[in-house]
Amino acid sequence: MEHYTMNLTLKVWRQKNATSQGSFETYQVRNISSEMSFLEMFDVLNEELIHEGKEPIAFDHDCREGICGMCSMYINGRPHGPWEANTTCQLHMRAFKDGDTIVVEPWRANAFPVIKDLTVDRSAFDRIIQAGGYISVNTGSPVDANAIPVEKEKADMAFAAAACIGCGACVAACKNSSALLFVSAKVSHLALLPQGAPERRTRALNMVAQMDKEGFGSCTNTGACEAVCPKEISITNIARLNSEFTLAGLLSSNK
Amino acid sequence: MSLTGIFLILFLIVHVGLNACIWANDGGEMFNKAAHFMGANVVPRILEIGLFAGFLLHIIQGFALEFQNRAKRKQGYAVAMGNKGSKWYSRSMGLLGTLILLFLIMHIAHFWVPSRITGLPEAAYNPNHHDLFSEMVKVFEGNLLVVILYVLGCISLAWHLLHGFQSAFRTLGLTNHKYIGMISALGTGFSIIVPLAFAMMPISFYAGWV
Repeated sequence: MEHYTMNLTLKVWRQKNATSQGSFETYQVRNISSEMSFLEMFDVLNEELIHEGKEPIAFDHDCREGICGMCSMYINGRPHGPWEANTTCQLHMRAFKDGDTIVVEPWRANAFPVIKDLTVDRSAFDRIIQAGGYISVNTGSPVDANAIPVEKEKADMAFAAAACIGCGACVAACKNSSALLFVSAKVSHLALLPQGAPERRTRALNMVAQMDKEGFGSCTNTGACEAVCPKEISITNIARLNSEFTLAGLLSSNK
Repeated sequence: MSLTGIFLILFLIVHVGLNACIWANDGGEMFNKAAHFMGANVVPRILEIGLFAGFLLHIIQGFALEFQNRAKRKQGYAVAMGNKGSKWYSRSMGLLGTLILLFLIMHIAHFWVPSRITGLPEAAYNPNHHDLFSEMVKVFEGNLLVVILYVLGCISLAWHLLHGFQSAFRTLGLTNHKYIGMISALGTGFSIIVPLAFAMMPISFYAGWV
């Protein structure tokens, strides 16, 4: 694709801290290269803001390789922007053309409160993982990697679920602010493997209980989460979690 | 939602099947006999209690779910996501359900209340049977507004089922891709055929086909 430069109008959500009101600010950015990533464009804007003595825009980022799950940003009405199966850091400016106006908002959900500007607090996800996203292992000398036979098909499904990077785009996209795609990916990747068997029932119950406690909504199977997921986590995982949860509720001996 | 939804789907099959008797072309005799059986036999009368409970539970659960979910995002987006990733009818189950509820209130007032409470005329072939068929003629014939409201009710039901049918099975934990495909196809067919058959009933009376 041919290289080009563009001038853009950005409408960015600015919010001083968690308790302040917040509002949109409009910025003009010039000579943006089509080869830049979306976050590099924000770096250019922030450099300019710093030069002007203004507060730069706070946004989450880390690896910038699309694998860490830190970057967020709700761009023109879609988490991670217009591309499919893509994170904001891997969104490139060739997705836009000269003269475009781009509206950038933080993830919106009660369970993801804004910390500052485009940065939200996603520690609710960490607490859901702590509630059950672990397995029991024997300590001591390492076990041979192939000691436990795993069916190839299940290994593949578990791996596909484990690809979830916990970015929270599913919550941001869901009209109910439901975290079920995330929770179902985490439950599925362990429930499908023999290593996850010991805590299988309590895991489903505890992770869902923690999810509810964090204030996420209920799933109504609209499919918006799957459509925006940068790792293409399948909505089928949600159905798997539903059956795991129901069976655990019926068969679990606790409570 | 899913269990009550599937229960109500089963009810629709019974309802559409019995009502299809209006097309027997016998002046409503077969239909009135079917209606008499439903009203007089103990089994459908017990099931009727379950049906009311099923409706009530589905409605209460539906509203509770809708309001709880709406409250989970106090500050919304400036740019809505719209149809980027989900279908409008999947996101509008609360609205579609409310429209169906409004239709249901009108529908109960039209037919259930006269059948059970205020009374109906005797059927010509048997004085012990109600003439529910002539009540349908009275409600629909020459009454364009009522026919339009019934058709709109059926359209709301079609969209509601288009999401609800397959969603119910996902909620219950159906993960097999082969069966998900089958259920989705079955759901789409059901969502079109059943509401279409229902919609044809008031249209048939209005057009004078029965």
